[in-house]
Amino acid sequence: MSTEHSHGRHATAPNPQLEKRLTPEQTQALDARVKALESVLVAKGLVSPASLDKLAEIYEHDLGPMNGAKVVARAWVDPAYKQRLLTNATAAIAELGFGGLQGEHMVVVENTPTIQNMVTCTLCSCYPWPVLGLPPVWYKSAPYRSRSVIDPRGVLREFGLELDESVEIRVWDSSAEIRYMVLPERPSGTEHMSEEELAALVTRDAMIGVARVNINQKATS
Amino acid sequence: MNGVHDMGGMTCFGPIVREENEPVFHAPWERRVFAMTMLAMGDAGNLDEFRHAIERMDPAHYLTSTYYEHWLAALETLAVENGVVTTSELATGMATSGSSGTPLDAEALPVVVRQGVSTQRETGRLTPRFKPGDRVVARNLNPPGHTRLPRYVRGKPGTISRVHGTFVYPDTNAHHGGEQPQPVYCVRFAARDLWGPATTRDSLYVDLWEDYLENAE
Repeated sequence: MSTEHSHGRHATAPNPQLEKRLTPEQTQALDARVKALESVLVAKGLVSPASLDKLAEIYEHDLGPMNGAKVVARAWVDPAYKQRLLTNATAAIAELGFGGLQGEHMVVVENTPTIQNMVTCTLCSCYPWPVLGLPPVWYKSAPYRSRSVIDPRGVLREFGLELDESVEIRVWDSSAEIRYMVLPERPSGTEHMSEEELAALVTRDAMIGVARVNINQKATS
Repeated sequence: MNGVHDMGGMTCFGPIVREENEPVFHAPWERRVFAMTMLAMGDAGNLDEFRHAIERMDPAHYLTSTYYEHWLAALETLAVENGVVTTSELATGMATSGSSGTPLDAEALPVVVRQGVSTQRETGRLTPRFKPGDRVVARNLNPPGHTRLPRYVRGKPGTISRVHGTFVYPDTNAHHGGEQPQPVYCVRFAARDLWGPATTRDSLYVDLWEDYLENAE
């Protein structure tokens, strides 16, 4: 166990006790346990294999950050839409056809040159599924959940984002059923871009608030 | 409950470990646990008791297991506690009692996903006690059961930023004590009030039910 921690300012070696790794044996055991539960639930008529597959597919393919990126791009090109998004995010997001489970009540918070918003869920893993899909493992893990609220500046530094003291960081802890998404700043030099081209720049991390949108970086997820 | 899940403000967990281009599910069993939980939750229990079932995991196991292992543990726990399955059925993988429901049709799923399941209510306590700008204090409540009042704000002063509306109260709903809907607020806390003197101007916004709050003196 490392003893040279210093309040999160320097990256320490990952704590081997907390690193999640499954051995092949553990994976096999989980497979068996899951199959047993599934067999029982199917036999009792509570779930069907077809619906299991369909639901997983929806979250693997249909829902993801590309949805949120469309919302962001629309807000960048259409000032009236941006106002609606900031006033009633649920309705504005629904205009683009997105909404539903874990996004029934949305709030979008806008980054400015002096405000950087960051979203977290310290208690579990709450995340705006309809616009960002399912959260990445790091968002649901102890290091981010715990330090996002006490050391947001250090967390952002780990993500490669160094902020000036003049920037206020606002951390949104999703402790109830409201789900938050960040509207990142539009990078300069993008005036000529179409809405579609703009959406391609917007990363999931920018909509969580741990990154900024970079004109040189294409979103891969 | 004051569990390890309530980890806001802890600083012992080391750096944030990220995986490039990580898949949505890391193994087939994760995919099935996700979908099974979503589909079975209507019968196995409500979302609040699901979260609390995760909170009731052995703390060491909670910290060292993967995310969907939490879901699996909670689903098994609730399914047994709420009489949906028995422990011997879980052990054998064979149902001993007959079917109790009709599963959701796969074709209906996109609509169900798109509609969502709102916990906002038009019943219960509808008139908010606080309004934006009010100075409040998060109460020092330490319930043995489920709560969504994080330890790191208890007893701390804040300002009402927004009134969200009336929602199901998790502290009672998780324990079959009724929905007891009440107003939920977004409360702004200054970083220096939570963590001690600091040079930053950062702030925390936490969504809190009315029963978690009191007027500041």
